[in-house]
Amino acid sequence: MKPDVVVVGAGLAGLSAAVRLAEAGASVRVLAKGVGSTHLSAGTVDVLGYDADGKRVDRPLEALDGLPAEHPYGLVGRAGVSAAIDWFKGRIAAGPRAPYAYAGDAEQNILLPTAVGAVAPSAVVPETMASGDLRGGGRICVVGFRALKDFFPALVADNLSRGADGVRARGVELDLRPEGRVDPNALAYARAFDHGGFRAEVVAQLVARLAEDERVAFPAVLGLASPHEVWAELEQRFSRPVFEIPTLPPSVPGIRIYQTLGQLLNRAGGRVVVNNIITGAERSGGRVTALRARVGLREVTFEPEWVVLATGGFSAGGLALDSSWVAREVALDLPVGGAPAPGEERFRSAYFGGQPMDRVGVVTDREQRPVGEDGGRMLENVLVAGATLAGAVPWREKSGDGIALATGFRAAELIAASAAGRVSDVATAGA
Amino acid sequence: MIDMGIMDTVSRSQHDHDVADVLGDLMRGTLDHCVKCTICETFCPVAGVTPLFPGPKTVGPQAERFRVRGEESPDKSLDYCSGCGICTQVCPQGVHIAEINTQARAKLKERDGFSLRDRLIARPPLLGRLGTPAAGLTNKTLASRPLRLLGEKVLGIHHKAAVPMFAGRTFQGWAKKHHSPPAPRRVAYFHGCGANWYEPDLGEKTVALLEAIGCQVEVPRGQACCGLPLQSNGQFAAARKYVRTMAKALAPAARAGVDIVGTSTSCTLMLKREAREILDLMEDPDLEVVSERIYDICEYLVMLHDRGELALALQPLNMTVTYHAPCQQQGHGIGKPALELMGLIPELTVIENDATCCGVAGTYGIKREKYDIAMNVGSGLFEQIGEARPDLAVCDSETCRWHIEAATGVRNVHPVEMLHRAAGLSGNGTA
Repeated sequence: MKPDVVVVGAGLAGLSAAVRLAEAGASVRVLAKGVGSTHLSAGTVDVLGYDADGKRVDRPLEALDGLPAEHPYGLVGRAGVSAAIDWFKGRIAAGPRAPYAYAGDAEQNILLPTAVGAVAPSAVVPETMASGDLRGGGRICVVGFRALKDFFPALVADNLSRGADGVRARGVELDLRPEGRVDPNALAYARAFDHGGFRAEVVAQLVARLAEDERVAFPAVLGLASPHEVWAELEQRFSRPVFEIPTLPPSVPGIRIYQTLGQLLNRAGGRVVVNNIITGAERSGGRVTALRARVGLREVTFEPEWVVLATGGFSAGGLALDSSWVAREVALDLPVGGAPAPGEERFRSAYFGGQPMDRVGVVTDREQRPVGEDGGRMLENVLVAGATLAGAVPWREKSGDGIALATGFRAAELIAASAAGRVSDVATAGA
Repeated sequence: MIDMGIMDTVSRSQHDHDVADVLGDLMRGTLDHCVKCTICETFCPVAGVTPLFPGPKTVGPQAERFRVRGEESPDKSLDYCSGCGICTQVCPQGVHIAEINTQARAKLKERDGFSLRDRLIARPPLLGRLGTPAAGLTNKTLASRPLRLLGEKVLGIHHKAAVPMFAGRTFQGWAKKHHSPPAPRRVAYFHGCGANWYEPDLGEKTVALLEAIGCQVEVPRGQACCGLPLQSNGQFAAARKYVRTMAKALAPAARAGVDIVGTSTSCTLMLKREAREILDLMEDPDLEVVSERIYDICEYLVMLHDRGELALALQPLNMTVTYHAPCQQQGHGIGKPALELMGLIPELTVIENDATCCGVAGTYGIKREKYDIAMNVGSGLFEQIGEARPDLAVCDSETCRWHIEAATGVRNVHPVEMLHRAAGLSGNGTA
């Protein structure tokens, strides 16, 4: 009913916090404008792919120590990152898609092909992607579908052959499409792969065309409902490793994460409610006492004990830059740090060279509570997680998923362990 | 008496054109926020099962850019949108996708003309007045396979589609004779066409339940149809007439500070939000005041419960039910209050269905050309209900209940029915 915890935002950070708290017995409601960015993500958990100098990272946990002190990973630490990843892997493996699971850890990065055949470091990946690791080289047959216009096997293969050490790849295009579909996207193919008939056609067209020592790469469309079964069957039919390469949106592995975490949340009595846009908060005595939300044409209020703010950064709308060049946090109107001062340079012409606005976000203390300009804790019962936090450049570091998961999970741990004990009271009452 | 002439939408006045253009600007303005992330397409229940509908982004924000202002859409695939509204709910950018599509479809329909079928099925009061006096004969006709096959040929209503049986009496007739005892809290009941013509029993139980929790229930006279079926079928001019008449009937209660509750969740959403946004009635004073005061019945009861004002002694119900939250219920943005209410009933096992849509979407699934699509959309839900072997299936929307009941053979009831039973109002809690 009245939630103990309101999580604002339905991305990886918000969902992780929500599932962790709901499973601990708290009543949790995730309020969001719409569905989060999991649908647009590769479905991998990239912890740290590049360091502050832009150098590729092989051992991400170790490299966390080299990040600037104000980086969000500084809040969580190595142990916190590892704990969050262990928890995530455990929850996915116990979820409604089991035995679909994740492989890898934050000790060591692997190298995965992207949708254009670039080489990208990643840490924790769906089992269906794991044998795409390019570090050992080898021969790869990249399979695409003529009607899937967002994935070009020849382009992927050419770029991999040029850019990945020891890799020899070739593209094969199949003229198979989900029945009746003129313009199928990745999701339409994933739904088709969930059916044995479609898989049989793929196998029939492909099996005789594979060279002896080739691995087989598919776009990440190997089933939405039963990815483990689809992938395992293909490995068995082809008698060789099969792996998925992330696609352009819609991302099927990302949808698997959203659905799995959403179902785990429901099982634990929590719920995601979209079209609830947080517009502000009542504050009193260093606490948020009420959240205001716009729902359709109405304004409603929530009075949770705790708030986890995980609304994302600029692209998700959690942060905004107004016409007078002032950056702000949108939901609770918290101050942001890392922004250039008035009169200072705001943009540089070298687009990918690092921008002055890159690290803008909400600054928190070590317990993820937002701090004011004096550095003092502003709100006792608000914890910030994910891309709303200041100090990271996720797209350049390849750190966004790791930050979201680690800070979302830790926000939940902090609330669960809070000295106030409000949640544990509730857990007892609800038991 | 409201104008029920079925020819009144054939030609629209210049005024209506102007109104539609203002509205077009409002809703159309949101399409610039579309970043083509495809999240809406991954949730669209119709696009998931048929290639005839390419998806809400494709026919909505994407196609809208190519539509010449003031001209109708040349793209007939629009007509395969069921109007469930899920696309708007999940959009993380606030694009009014469903509203854009509903408006574009209205223009398409205007060009092609409204079929006799679409004029008839969009006017429940007309059907009600025709069918009720000789309900026995009408129901026999509706249950007769040869006559239904004829109806499919002549009218285009699928012979297998679930159509409701006339009660042979009206809720309004009952309400006129019913005296609600004075109580501290006053509530106005918006019964909708479903309770009036087909399920007067639900209306009576709702009144009894509200009285049992200490409400004096008034049933405002002059309630006819909210205009939702007309809106869904693109007949905007007639829909505006209907909803204005409806708002006029309810406005005095709202102005007197009396909350209005509705058991038809889609019609309640129509009065709360959709009519104002889709039919451009933001400025209609009656609708505005009704919109601010109206609640879905479960939303209202949970609100009372959260305030500690729901005084209702509930007896154990040793049964198993499934619960499906219909799309339009989700459009309220209130979570699933029916689950929270049923959670108050001792010994009742409630299995939450994990499905977005049952397929029928009001009048969509009864049409000859759309029945199979509707059955495919609902197939996942029907399977879940079949596997659960429940005593009853619970759902907030009447058209969904009829459709699900026909597809599964499991008796479907409104959540109010469960509370009514548990409150001992049905006699022994078993009737």
